[in-house]
Amino acid sequence: MANSEISNHTEPMTVSEKPVLSAREVTKKYPGTVALDNVDLDIYPGKVNVILGENGAGKSTLMKIFAGVEKPTNGSLILDGEPVRINSPGKALENGIGIIYQELTVCPNLSVTENIFLAREIKNRFGVVNQKKQRNISAETLKKLEQPINPDMPVSQLRVGQQQLVEIARSLKDNVRILIMDEPTSALSSKETSILKEIISDLTSQGVAVIYISHKLDECLEIGDRFAVLRDGKLVAQAERKDASLSWIIKHMAGKNPDELYPETDHKTGKAMLKAENLCLPRTEGEGYLVDHASFTLHSGEITGIYGLMGAGRTELLESLFGLHKLATGSLFLDGKAIDGFTIDERIENGLMLIPEDRQKQGLIQTLSVAENMTLSSLKSYQKSGFISNKLEKIAVNDYIKKLLIRLSDPGQPVVTLSGGNQQKVVIAKCMLTNPKVLMMDEPTRGVDVGAKYDIFKIMSDFAARDTSVLFTSSELREIMEMSDRVLVLARGKITADLRGQDITEKAILDACVIRNKEEKRKSA
Amino acid sequence: MTGNQKIISSTKSAKLLLLQMRAYLALILVVAVFAALSPTFLTTSNLVIMAKQVAINAILGIGMTYVILSAGIDLSVGSIAGLSGMVAGWLLTEGLLLPMFGVSIFFNVWVVILIALMTGAFVGAINGFLITKLNVAPFIATLGMLYVARGCAMLISGGSTFPNLAGRESLGNTGFLVLGNEIFLGLPLPIWLMIALTIIGTIIARKTAFGRHVYAVGGNEESAKFTGIRVNRIKTLTYVISGVCAALVGLIIASQLGAAHPATGEMYELNAIAVVVLGGTSLFGGRGTITGTIIGAFVIGVLENGMVLIGMSEFWQIVVKGLVIILAVVVDQWQQKIQHQTLAESA
Ligand SMILES: Nc1ncnc2c1ncn2[C@@H]1O[C@H](COP(=O)(O)OP(=O)(O)OP(=O)(O)O)[C@@H](O)[C@H]1O
Ligand SMILES: [Mg+2]
Repeated sequence: MANSEISNHTEPMTVSEKPVLSAREVTKKYPGTVALDNVDLDIYPGKVNVILGENGAGKSTLMKIFAGVEKPTNGSLILDGEPVRINSPGKALENGIGIIYQELTVCPNLSVTENIFLAREIKNRFGVVNQKKQRNISAETLKKLEQPINPDMPVSQLRVGQQQLVEIARSLKDNVRILIMDEPTSALSSKETSILKEIISDLTSQGVAVIYISHKLDECLEIGDRFAVLRDGKLVAQAERKDASLSWIIKHMAGKNPDELYPETDHKTGKAMLKAENLCLPRTEGEGYLVDHASFTLHSGEITGIYGLMGAGRTELLESLFGLHKLATGSLFLDGKAIDGFTIDERIENGLMLIPEDRQKQGLIQTLSVAENMTLSSLKSYQKSGFISNKLEKIAVNDYIKKLLIRLSDPGQPVVTLSGGNQQKVVIAKCMLTNPKVLMMDEPTRGVDVGAKYDIFKIMSDFAARDTSVLFTSSELREIMEMSDRVLVLARGKITADLRGQDITEKAILDACVIRNKEEKRKSA
Repeated sequence: MTGNQKIISSTKSAKLLLLQMRAYLALILVVAVFAALSPTFLTTSNLVIMAKQVAINAILGIGMTYVILSAGIDLSVGSIAGLSGMVAGWLLTEGLLLPMFGVSIFFNVWVVILIALMTGAFVGAINGFLITKLNVAPFIATLGMLYVARGCAMLISGGSTFPNLAGRESLGNTGFLVLGNEIFLGLPLPIWLMIALTIIGTIIARKTAFGRHVYAVGGNEESAKFTGIRVNRIKTLTYVISGVCAALVGLIIASQLGAAHPATGEMYELNAIAVVVLGGTSLFGGRGTITGTIIGAFVIGVLENGMVLIGMSEFWQIVVKGLVIILAVVVDQWQQKIQHQTLAESA
């Protein structure tokens, strides 16, 4: 590991092949931030080039520069040994550079095919789109991804994970030489992730350079060939596969000891906080339920993890509890009070809060500042005789910026200028500021760096210690197992296991995930 | 930073400052141009006439700002103005007929004004209902209401005018003409109303939860819902506010004329939208200010008044007005771009 650390731009590492794309002394400044500071980085063909770094380290910014979306303030790019100017996404594509963005860019109103070919429609010489050809290609690409998605379906009807796959399909069909993937798996199930991994190894064996960004470090270590770590916009370390390890990554990313990935959770189960009886959410199309007669009681002082495969109904369960589905039935008691008929704001008032799954669509108001976003759910607490007191608001905002270590230059800056992970923290802060008795978190660590994950877990744990009841979902089994005092497993809308303490084992959880499939098979047999 | 860069940045930031102040600069510019071209422009009597016109666009614009901030649009304001004037004219001249008793009751002027304003609120509430509960697109819902409200205004009198709104001493309903004509501390009452509404409107937008919620709904409706904002209620309220502002305008015009015409306020919706856009409010919702709208109203008002004074052809006036609106939006885009660059350099 000794040779793994290199000072900023000295000797490049000994690699036999020539880099296909290089950044030379790239600097990018934004209002109040230096997002990239003199970065020299080489990207090699046929390799998975992993880029690591905390939230706001500058990873996405560098990718946007490669993809022609942003222009560097200083520095240059070199493609195949020749300097190039990539000043538009079209130019990037001409040069064989494709990108899958961190935030979804699909248009929900258009069909899967239309999205895959958006801005690159196959046209005849009169400008008429060749629908049939497009449809065939997208069907083929989706098949490669092993997705049973109908190419004519509007994207809005797909799950977030599937939308992400459409995004991936869009780049795959372009046959690029360099493919940038900015957190492609943050919304994917483990099965979808493994399909993606296969595709990545296919691509690299064809000589494509894959640039891979993820906060799921195990995943990075599994597929990465070369590793580069950014910190505060600077390239601080590089390593090859043989030299990289979890502790190496974490050391360079944050200077944290990897033993501290999960905080202690030792909570005392208190009184019943949220009681759900026969909670049901019927499917809008077809028979059956998305949430199928779920009954459970959450206690104060406990962290309950909900695990289930994609489509098991985790999000729907949380949303039904929060009052987002008109069709949901069943009785709900919050701290002894019946809340079935309550509107969302009444539920919030009574102490229920949900951190939604999709921060862009459901969490943030993009036109407002960081501070305004943070206080939006709890404006009542800063009012003095009906008017918002800027002073009280500021105190709350600054408090949570510190508590959650949100990286920004000014609370008044537009929330969209924060990095993805920091945006997530803003949503979390907004929800925490309502002082909930029951805090529901739908994938709270999505797109969040290791350090911040720890911070979020710590906050969860502190909340539980303050007699709050925390209910969270995660698609990472490890997180669920480490953080939960109790685990509920969902399979096709039904709770198939309710585990505590010693009973929380990987096997018990995974078995419960597929229980229903087996049952049904037996029935039909 | 080297000295050279500093100079670049400071010219850039000067440019930015000019751009940010552009609405004010545009206002000063048009005032200066017309003052030079027309000797009558700066006379007190002309300024008062102009300011009255400005007040009308500004008051409509304040209501419209809320609607547009929440990512809606209200095309019915002109018709609501007409309807509210007719309601007032009817109550003042004919009174409310109670058929079972065979008598008409006449209300005090304050009550008449209140009823007319409530008419505006009611029409706004219907707009809100159509948009939030029946999912009609705002453009269509309020376009329909443009016709419905106008038709109702005509139905009240069978299409004719209520020619005398002075009221009768014997009925105890005099005083309506004060609203549009009274001079208070040297300024006509409508201008005071505009000033008061600007202040109230700004405070509501910036200092209350409702105001914040309007911006949030316009910025991202889905997120607003998850945040616990009652999206439907907020949207409906913006249309109610717009309806009340429009009704007030109808009253002011009726009072100024001393008569109520069912055709009052035709095409006013376009002016109202124009002043909001000139003032820098985004038609996509979520961004904008009330003060911007007021400046926008002054720019349009000065322009219209000045062009008449210098004897410009009526047709050219329309063309110029359209060009100014387009220019305003173009400059707005330009500012946002430069703002980004300048801030980036100072980082
Ligand atoms: N348009 C912008 N305006 C101002 N600042 C910006 C803008 N875009 C990014 N930044 C800032 O640049 C820095 C780097 O952001 P970037 O998105 O590259 O981080 P990242 O490494 O991708 O983080 P994450 O893991 O959270 O996605 C952050 O501090 C961010 O706030
Ligand atoms: Mg990023």
